Order: sequence, then C-alpha cells, then structure tokens
Amino acid sequence: MNASGWRRHLTGYAFISPFIIGFLAFTLIPVAASLYLSFTDYDLFSRPRWVGLDNFADLFFRDSKFWQSVKVTFIYVVFSVPLRLAFALFIAMLLNVSTRGIGLYRTLLYLPSIIGGSVAVAIMWRNLFGDQGIINLLLTAVGLDAVRWFGNPTAALWMLIMLAVWQFGSSMLIFLAGLKNIPATYYEAASVDGAGPVRRFFRITLPLLSPVILFNTIMQTIAAFITFIPAYIITKGEGGPLDGTLLYSLYLFRKGFVFYHMGDASAMAWMLLLVVAILTAVLFATSKFWVHYESKGGQ
Amino acid sequence: MRIKTFKWTLYHLFVAAFSFLMLYPVIWLVMSSFKPSNLIFVTADSLLPDPWIWENYVTGWKGIGGHTFGTFIKNSLVLVVLGTVGAVLSSAVVAFGFARLQFFGRNFWFAIMMMTLMLPYEVVMVPQYILFSELGWLNTILPIVVPAYFGHAFFIFLLVQFIRSIPTELDEAATIDGCGKFRLFTRIILPLVVPALATATIFSFYWRWEDLLGPVLYLNRPSQYPVSLALKMFLDNETVSNWGAMFAMSVVSLIPVFILFFLCQKYIVEGISTSGLKA
Repeated sequence: MNASGWRRHLTGYAFISPFIIGFLAFTLIPVAASLYLSFTDYDLFSRPRWVGLDNFADLFFRDSKFWQSVKVTFIYVVFSVPLRLAFALFIAMLLNVSTRGIGLYRTLLYLPSIIGGSVAVAIMWRNLFGDQGIINLLLTAVGLDAVRWFGNPTAALWMLIMLAVWQFGSSMLIFLAGLKNIPATYYEAASVDGAGPVRRFFRITLPLLSPVILFNTIMQTIAAFITFIPAYIITKGEGGPLDGTLLYSLYLFRKGFVFYHMGDASAMAWMLLLVVAILTAVLFATSKFWVHYESKGGQ
Repeated sequence: MRIKTFKWTLYHLFVAAFSFLMLYPVIWLVMSSFKPSNLIFVTADSLLPDPWIWENYVTGWKGIGGHTFGTFIKNSLVLVVLGTVGAVLSSAVVAFGFARLQFFGRNFWFAIMMMTLMLPYEVVMVPQYILFSELGWLNTILPIVVPAYFGHAFFIFLLVQFIRSIPTELDEAATIDGCGKFRLFTRIILPLVVPALATATIFSFYWRWEDLLGPVLYLNRPSQYPVSLALKMFLDNETVSNWGAMFAMSVVSLIPVFILFFLCQKYIVEGISTSGLKA
C-alpha cells in the first residue's frame, strides 16, 4: 500500500477514534468483565472468588424473587409494548388528516412522551393512583369499587403498564411520518374498487407501515425490558407490593447496589443481554414474513 | 357541505377532548402545586385551587439537607451542559468519519456502533462502577460526564444520515482548493449539519436532565444532587406529607423541559420521525 493510502486509512481512524476508544473502555471491556464476574462471588470490597455456575444455579433454583422479577417483566413487556404501539397507530391515523390545528394536537399528544421518563412524572403518577387519587375518584364516580393500587401486586403492575402506554407520543410521530409516505392514490384506487375502511387498513396501511412497525417493536421491546425509573420511583425502590412491580432491571440494581451481590447482578445482566439479542434476532428473522418492502413491487 | 362541516366539528371536539384527557394528569399536577398540602387530595376532583397559594414554591425551594433547589438546578445544569457539549461534538467528529471517509474496516465499525444501540446499560453497569471506583471517581461528576466525550451511538447515526444527504460536490470542490479533511469537516460540513446538531443537543438535554441512574450510582452527597435525585429524596421523605412542596418542585423540574419543547418543536419532530430518537 502506498503512502497516500495509509494516510487515508489513518485519517478515517483518527475521526472515528473517539468512538473506538469509548467502545473499548466503556462497552467491550465492561461487557467481558461482566461475563467474568457472573462466574464469581464479588461484593466490591474483597477480591472476586470463582464459583463457576453457582450464581446461575442460585438464581434458577433457589431464588424465587428472580422468577418473580422475570414473570413481572414478561407481563409488563407483553402488555405495554403492543398496547402502546396500537394506541400510537390509532392516534397517528386519527391525526393523519389535513385540517387546522392538527399541529397543535400533535404537539399536545406528544408531550407525555417527552416528560414521561422524568422523576416528576413518576411522582405525579404515584399520586394519581393513590388511595384518594383521581383515578379512584373516577372509578367510584362511575359506580366501580376503588382499587388499592399500592396494596395489590397486579394493580400496581398495571399502573406501570398504563404509564408506559400513556407515553405513546414518539411512536405516534414515527407512525405519522410513515403514514404520510403512503401515496393517497393507493387509497383512492382501493375505494374505487369497493374496499371499505377496514379492508383498506389491513391491505394498504398495515403492510406499507410494516417496516416502521418492525423498527418500533424492536426498540420498544428492548426499552421495556430495561425499564427502571418508573418502578424505582413509584414503589420507592422496593418493587412492592409483594414484589408485584419488581421489574428485572430493578431487581438487578438491588442485587448489585443494595445487597452488593455483584456476581449475581452480572449473571442477571448477561441473561438480559442474551434475551435482548435473541429477541432482536427473532424479530429480524421473522420480519420477512410480515414486513413489506416497497421495492418488491407491492405483492 | 353542511354535513362535512358537522363531521369536522365532531372530529375537532373528539380530538381536543382526547388531548385534554391525556394532558389532564399534567394539568392536575401544576394546579395542585398551588393548593395547600392538606387540600390537594381532599379537592382532587376540582382543578382550580381555592385558595390559590404560592407557599409550596417557597417551602419547596428551601430544598433538603441545607441545600436549596437552586443548588440542585445548578448541579443539573453542569451535568447537562458538560455532557451535551461532549456528546454532540464527539458524535459529529465520528459521524463525519463514517459518512465521508473511505477506510479499511469502516463498515465493520459502523455495524459495531449500531449494535451498541441495542445494548442494555445494565450489562455494563457493574463493571463501569468498578472501573470508576478504581479510578477514584466516585462522588464526582466524572463517571457521568466523561463517557459522553466518546460519541453517542444514536447521535452518530442521526448525523451520519444527515451528512450523507449533503451533496459530495461540495467536498470535491473544497478538496481541489487544497482543503484537508479536518478543514473540510470544520469549514464545510459542520455548518451544514447545524439542524441535526440542534436535534442531538435537545435530546441530549432531555436525557441528561432526567437521568436518575447515573446520579444514584455515583453522587452520594446532597450538595452534588441534580434535580432528579433531589426530587427522589423529596419523595422518600413523603411521610411528612408536604405534597404541595413536592408537587411544586416537580413542576419546577419540568419548566425547562416545557420551554425547550415548545421552542424546538421542529427539531424534536424531525429527530423522532427520521431516526427514531426517543425522549
């Protein structure tokens, strides 16, 4: 290779070097270290002690809280992601018209998603669902029984799911951008052929939007798996009542930084990584069956 | 024509009512912050405070542990500004490399970068904590700020897409005029990507302003607390049932977020719809 070739490669690496250094120092080495720590007993103060697969065996066979956190997280993901996406798509279709004030609606409906991750909103949510909160006032006003949201594990988890669904705004914006890319002529042609709104939705909107839906599903599923702040704030870091909101990330955090079982925490982190990787792979692998790409000629 | 007008009126009524319903919790939070603490839940069904009071803001501002809320806001701003400057500038440099330079292994590193987008923070949390404690960085802002200076995958991705949309004729003309790569980046490309830099800055602001896990892990002295952690402390002392003050400071913590939101609509919508940035 000649001198100018070397220079070209070096210039390239010079520009991306911040990323490479950061990746090695703050990602690759920590990920590897976390794998090593998952096979050790380590409390931050004494040296890590090799214990082989003991951490995994403990979590799997002797730690009922571990399974509880897996169960709770699974329910949280399975309900919050589809509900939020369906909600986002519904609102996006509602807003995909041209009329005055549409920009204002879009802004207002997007606001919850911008503030949703903050401690302030978690505090607000906590108080909405309190024993004397608005939600219970509303329930009793329509003749239902008040729910003890902080006394019932299932109700508490649904409180978190509702918080997640409430933050539908960013998915809504992505869907809106996707909907705007569907040519109006498709709908006109379908209407001429006698297709009703339901048929148009399933035959035109959904297939043409499927790449966007795939992208959203992957990102939101991962985000849901690692949800931390709402559970941490709303239940004051305990994951109660009766571990009903002990999301996986919260339990991992407690293992590591409340009980100082760094080995267990690392083992849990690696299992999370594997689940996220498998899920992403499955979503991508199955996407060819349900994602429609325009370039294929619209079959 | 009549029927059409009627349909639109119905549409606006429905969407406006729905928007109000979705924002009701936030409005309720703001209004409750002006109610006396002992009336917040007694009068939870009425939105308007009666009497309308400011005391919650006065007591809330006094803060906790002898530090006023002014200290917490200052701490938050330091974290936000230092982190954002680092993340946006370093991401721009890296993005230029990926988008405009040809070099061996470029696609490999780009794929690695996209993979880090999917990596849960939990996986690196424990080793990073050990690393930073070995470096003696506990109880400093360094563990939160320094990693920002090595590029942020989402911002790099956003900027790469943006730079690729700029015609390469500009680069060629500049190169013929004897412009080196670094000058090409600072003089030609950087000014053209200002909109994308703005989008990245806004999102970085949001993420860092709201960040709780970093401060929980690394900052243990109340004098160092950012707003998010101070609010959590408020909540942990909730037994005193000074809800009014807690609500008031929650509102204060949201004010910068609201201001930025309404001022920078265009960039936020752009960032979300083009690259799926999420607040």
